[in-house]
Amino acid sequence: MTNIINAISAWAIPVLIVFIPLYAAYRKIPVYESFTEGAKGGFDTAIRIIPHLVGMMVAISIFRASGAMDMLIGLIAPFMAKLGIPADVLPLALLRPITGAGSLAYTTDLIKTFGPDSLVAQIASTIQGSTDTTLYVLTVYFGAVGIRKSKYALRVGLFSDFVGFFAAVAICYLVFA
Amino acid sequence: MVNWIWLFFILAGFVVAAMNGNIGAVTEAAFEGAKTGVTVSFGLISVLVFWMGIMRIAEDAGLLQKLAKLLSPFVRYLFPSVPKDHPAFGYILSNMSANILGLGNAATPAGIKAMEELQKLNPEKDTASAAMCTLLAINTASITLIPTTIIAIRMNFGSQNPTDIVGTTLAATAIALAAAIALDKWYQRRSASSHTPPPAKPPAAGK
Repeated sequence: MTNIINAISAWAIPVLIVFIPLYAAYRKIPVYESFTEGAKGGFDTAIRIIPHLVGMMVAISIFRASGAMDMLIGLIAPFMAKLGIPADVLPLALLRPITGAGSLAYTTDLIKTFGPDSLVAQIASTIQGSTDTTLYVLTVYFGAVGIRKSKYALRVGLFSDFVGFFAAVAICYLVFA
Repeated sequence: MVNWIWLFFILAGFVVAAMNGNIGAVTEAAFEGAKTGVTVSFGLISVLVFWMGIMRIAEDAGLLQKLAKLLSPFVRYLFPSVPKDHPAFGYILSNMSANILGLGNAATPAGIKAMEELQKLNPEKDTASAAMCTLLAINTASITLIPTTIIAIRMNFGSQNPTDIVGTTLAATAIALAAAIALDKWYQRRSASSHTPPPAKPPAAGK
């Protein structure tokens, strides 16, 4: 299992980088022109994140530097220790469904504080990448067509986030610890 | 909600810093945080520019449609209430394919189009239909092949192996998606069997 997961990590990107242009060339697409045309959008996408990421990084940095983060983590650590989960990732589980920028900033904070190759950072990276911002998706998709009663949709989304969180922790322990 | 969370972090930080007699840390942390935010965003440029270039090649080569074709039996299983040749299917498929390839900019419009089509089939216009809940469940779990943003951030902080979370992310996202689908199917079965036995029949026959 661990071998398969590590193989995917190592092979996914190289295979896509070769396969996609190769297939496109076979379909007679001018691959390089296509590449540069699409790549233009990357700059704007990165720049558009700045206000969100700065706002959230400022708030989380203050929270950590003041000592408030340590108080919060100290409070939940005994409970999380029983479950065998690093307490530092729990705030991420709460932020992830609510705010995409906030959870990205928190993940960045963990990567910065503990180092990118620490288990905490690996778990956080896995959680951040494996699910979307449930409340945002709900608001955008249902809001667009005027749905006001979402029935069980929110419960399904949050349940999926909950399962994804524990799955991420378990898998990272399996692969990295 | 986001407004309150943001305010909470800043306010709680201020109060704790003041209590600890460490108020100078607030100013320093604020500017340091802003700096990190900008540095990280700039760090995203390289990976995003490269990846969006590759993804445009995939789009131009018609790989989205290929992927959609592969997903089509799976989507039929997920949306039993949508008639066979309904346009909603096309949009649902492009929404899912774009999500898998990490094309957020293409996924959202397709998802909203799909919602609009599903709304046409929806008898109660202000209440989500079963199919709408399913589409939402898939999108909140968001299967993405390559988590580019996270890889870029890990790279920026000097990771030895920034992509080693690709496999774990894919495994976690698959489990989260399976959980979403299982619970969604369970709710569908429950509301179909116990909740509304009389009106359940006519729409079923109409489809």
